Amino acid sequence: MSELWPTIRFTINGKSCAVQAPPMKRLLDVLREDLRLTGTKEGCGEGECGSCSVRLNGELVNSCLVPVLQAEGADLQTVEGLATNGVLHPLQKAFLEQGGAQCGICTPGMLMAAAQLIERNPHPSMAEIREGLAGNLCRCTGFMRIFESVIAAATQRDEAAAEKVADAR
Amino acid sequence: MLCVNPLSIRGFPGMPTKTTTRIVGAPVPRKEGADKLLGRARYVDDIEREGMWFGATVRSTIPRGLIRSIEFDRSIDWNEFAVVTAADIPGENHIQLIVADQPCLADEQVNHCDEAILLIAHPDKHKVRAAVDAVRIEYDPLPPIFTIEESERQDQVILGADNLLKSFVLEKGDVDAAWKDAAHIVEGEYRTGAQEHLYIENNGVIAEWSAENGVTVWGSLQCPYYVHKTLIKVFDLPDDKVRVVQTETGGAFGGKEDYPSTLASHAALLAMKSGRPVKMVYDRMEDLAATTKRHPSRTRHRTALDKNGKLLAMEIDLATDGGAYSTLSSTVLSRATIHAPGPYVCPNVRVTAKAWATNTVPYGAFRGFGAPQSIFALERHMDEIAAAIGLDPIELRRRNFLHEGDTTATEQLMREPILLDQLLDRALRESDYYARREQFAKENATSLAKRGIGVATFFHGSGFTGSGERILNSLAGVDVMPDGTVRVLVSNTEFGQGTNTVLTQIAAEALGIDYDDIAMAAADTGVVPNSGPTVASRTVMVVGRLIERAGAQLLAMLREHAGLGATYTRDEFFAACERYRAQKGEPLSLVRYEPPPGIYWDDQRYHGEAYPCYAWAVHVAQVAVDTLTYSAEVEEFWSVQEVGRVLNPVLATGQIEGGIAQGIGYALYEKVVLQNGHMANNQMTNYIIPTAEDVPPIHVYFEQIPFSYGGYGAKGIGELPHDGPAPAIVNAIKDATGVSFHSIPLLPEDLFAVFVANQNVEEPAAP
Repeated sequence: MSELWPTIRFTINGKSCAVQAPPMKRLLDVLREDLRLTGTKEGCGEGECGSCSVRLNGELVNSCLVPVLQAEGADLQTVEGLATNGVLHPLQKAFLEQGGAQCGICTPGMLMAAAQLIERNPHPSMAEIREGLAGNLCRCTGFMRIFESVIAAATQRDEAAAEKVADAR
Repeated sequence: MLCVNPLSIRGFPGMPTKTTTRIVGAPVPRKEGADKLLGRARYVDDIEREGMWFGATVRSTIPRGLIRSIEFDRSIDWNEFAVVTAADIPGENHIQLIVADQPCLADEQVNHCDEAILLIAHPDKHKVRAAVDAVRIEYDPLPPIFTIEESERQDQVILGADNLLKSFVLEKGDVDAAWKDAAHIVEGEYRTGAQEHLYIENNGVIAEWSAENGVTVWGSLQCPYYVHKTLIKVFDLPDDKVRVVQTETGGAFGGKEDYPSTLASHAALLAMKSGRPVKMVYDRMEDLAATTKRHPSRTRHRTALDKNGKLLAMEIDLATDGGAYSTLSSTVLSRATIHAPGPYVCPNVRVTAKAWATNTVPYGAFRGFGAPQSIFALERHMDEIAAAIGLDPIELRRRNFLHEGDTTATEQLMREPILLDQLLDRALRESDYYARREQFAKENATSLAKRGIGVATFFHGSGFTGSGERILNSLAGVDVMPDGTVRVLVSNTEFGQGTNTVLTQIAAEALGIDYDDIAMAAADTGVVPNSGPTVASRTVMVVGRLIERAGAQLLAMLREHAGLGATYTRDEFFAACERYRAQKGEPLSLVRYEPPPGIYWDDQRYHGEAYPCYAWAVHVAQVAVDTLTYSAEVEEFWSVQEVGRVLNPVLATGQIEGGIAQGIGYALYEKVVLQNGHMANNQMTNYIIPTAEDVPPIHVYFEQIPFSYGGYGAKGIGELPHDGPAPAIVNAIKDATGVSFHSIPLLPEDLFAVFVANQNVEEPAAP
């Protein structure tokens, strides 16, 4: 009875979108099934593992716990929106160089959490990195390479920002 | 603070002369890394097939009994569904592993909770879930057994004549005669609990069936040819009518070694019944409850030493809980047996090992495969011995380490240098062990948090035991596609550990071309030869060596038939490939496994070269025990290991760190709670693994003694790091509190229980 379902409108990775879906359908399923954005993963379905993490109006959320109606009018960001025009986001580049991804299944959610972390806290301490990623489980890496990746990305952003300032002068 | 330290390579006679390599040894980026980081990697649940249905499983709710009746609730229109029972199985109703005693679907009897009885498929995945609940099964229950002790007592005989899945006796010298000469005899009993892999991607497959093409399965799995082996029997099909393809796999750790054979059979049966592609992806609750876990164990040590603390005799009684069916219990027991006496010299050894059946979900492969269980017991026992005889635990180990020229408990002559002393020296130095130990001893008296530091020294045999590799008889190689892509042809799979990257490095090195010139052929039984399973830390050592040889063979072919010079540029290599193709067809170079010389193994007496080589390690754990919350936390961790040649330092470090994190979970966080044989805590909310806030800084240091018969000198590395954390941590807890713990896991309630029981002996007092 899909004619009875409401149309829910939001922007996803900068693009306007409209989906007809049961209002309580999980945002995770709308992303993966309706929009075929399969980068966001399901690991537990109960908000424990964070592999379904996306950003809703800039806030990191577990999309397995968000009914799609809550995304009405929202600005959504998923892993597919991190790279721009084929250029890797500094975090993606850092993960690649530092070994932050092994099996890769936690990686999209981990990247979203890390992106929020360094956007809000450009120079996070190790304790702040640990806390910022505490909602994202990884079973492969033991987290060490992930911490190194976040530090490397934060450092690189500092260097890029410094270059911009130097260029502007 | 974490540090990846520079690697040092020690030379030894017979070492390959080429220690300078371009790509092998370099931290090249992960082969499939970009796709994973962009969210483009396609795991099985990301894949859809036209007209696909969804499958689900109706499982037993009792641990043992006869199936009396199956009823389908009338509120559901069952015509919309495909339903499969054991009666629908065209071939054998068995999963093929070592002993074919596990049914694909339970027929008349169930032997564990969550055993699969019925399969249902429907185009709507929500309706299929509802349908599972609409099947009512009535049972005539039989009395179940749940523990090793119940199985040993044979209160109920649930399997064979005596509940025994497997037994081994490993003997060296004359244990019985040694006790009278002993200055010290120390006994201890140690237990380890079950452990769940908790790969973040649940088990899942997609299956298709047609009368013309047979069965095709895509899925999250480690061993495509293992799945193939079961499907041909379940469906009674010839080899070429079954095709198994691995999809990008989100973690495995052994949990996708044998279980996928069951899941693939289920999905394929539904595909056959419905005439549609069928996807079966478990949710977390089902995966936790119904799939394999690490074998629980009980190990009893009785040890004789002389007055200098040298080992005279080790008598070890080792028991594992195998669950309801054999699956891999015999091979897990085998490795546990061989690792039970550890990296020590002892003239008289007897290990009596038994795997027992219980009415629980069958246990299976998990990183370490019996060694973590045995090494926990042994390394705990070494500290107990040290305390009992008044010797420093470090000194006790030093006096008994294996060295080159010694023989192990299986009478394997150690022909290669062993660096245990040097690894221990380095671990103690890097961790400032003695200074910390002294500092904590002083501070603990007036601190709510009791700190301690503990050590474990151990080895891990690389690859299959004994004649295993000869039996596998692996075939692997490389070929060159018309577009110039060089492909690595192996059935070994990537699931995060770096198979794709390292085998590509080896191929590029062997052929003298670039990393980006090589592609991994899909792990598809329709495309690649059977180079054996991706288990036992064998991939880089055994299959890497095959690829190294295949590369050399391809160069020989090109030199002989296509004018490739003794030295050549990259362009000349590809030009020669094309000349070869024009004359002789596709450049394809396959090689078969050759055992290293002098490998002799007696399966009956358990004597000889148990493994082609061993990796060696020392772990040091600093632990704090909170005397208010009874929570133990690892504050810092050091790991020094000799693993042969390190082929990719970033990947190798990642393997060590990840294995240590799992070992920390094994010791302090991960407990499987069974109620009536069903996993009661089958959710991530109540089965706890270490988070980013729980892992300590982990310091990793490599020593390298290249192994002549491993790919570019590599030994196995993947499982080694899971062997040491648990005993090092529990030794540290003893150092911190003075209380000996003999079992894991140690959650706060477990620490509390023992502290309370020991209140007379030692009470952690508030200041």
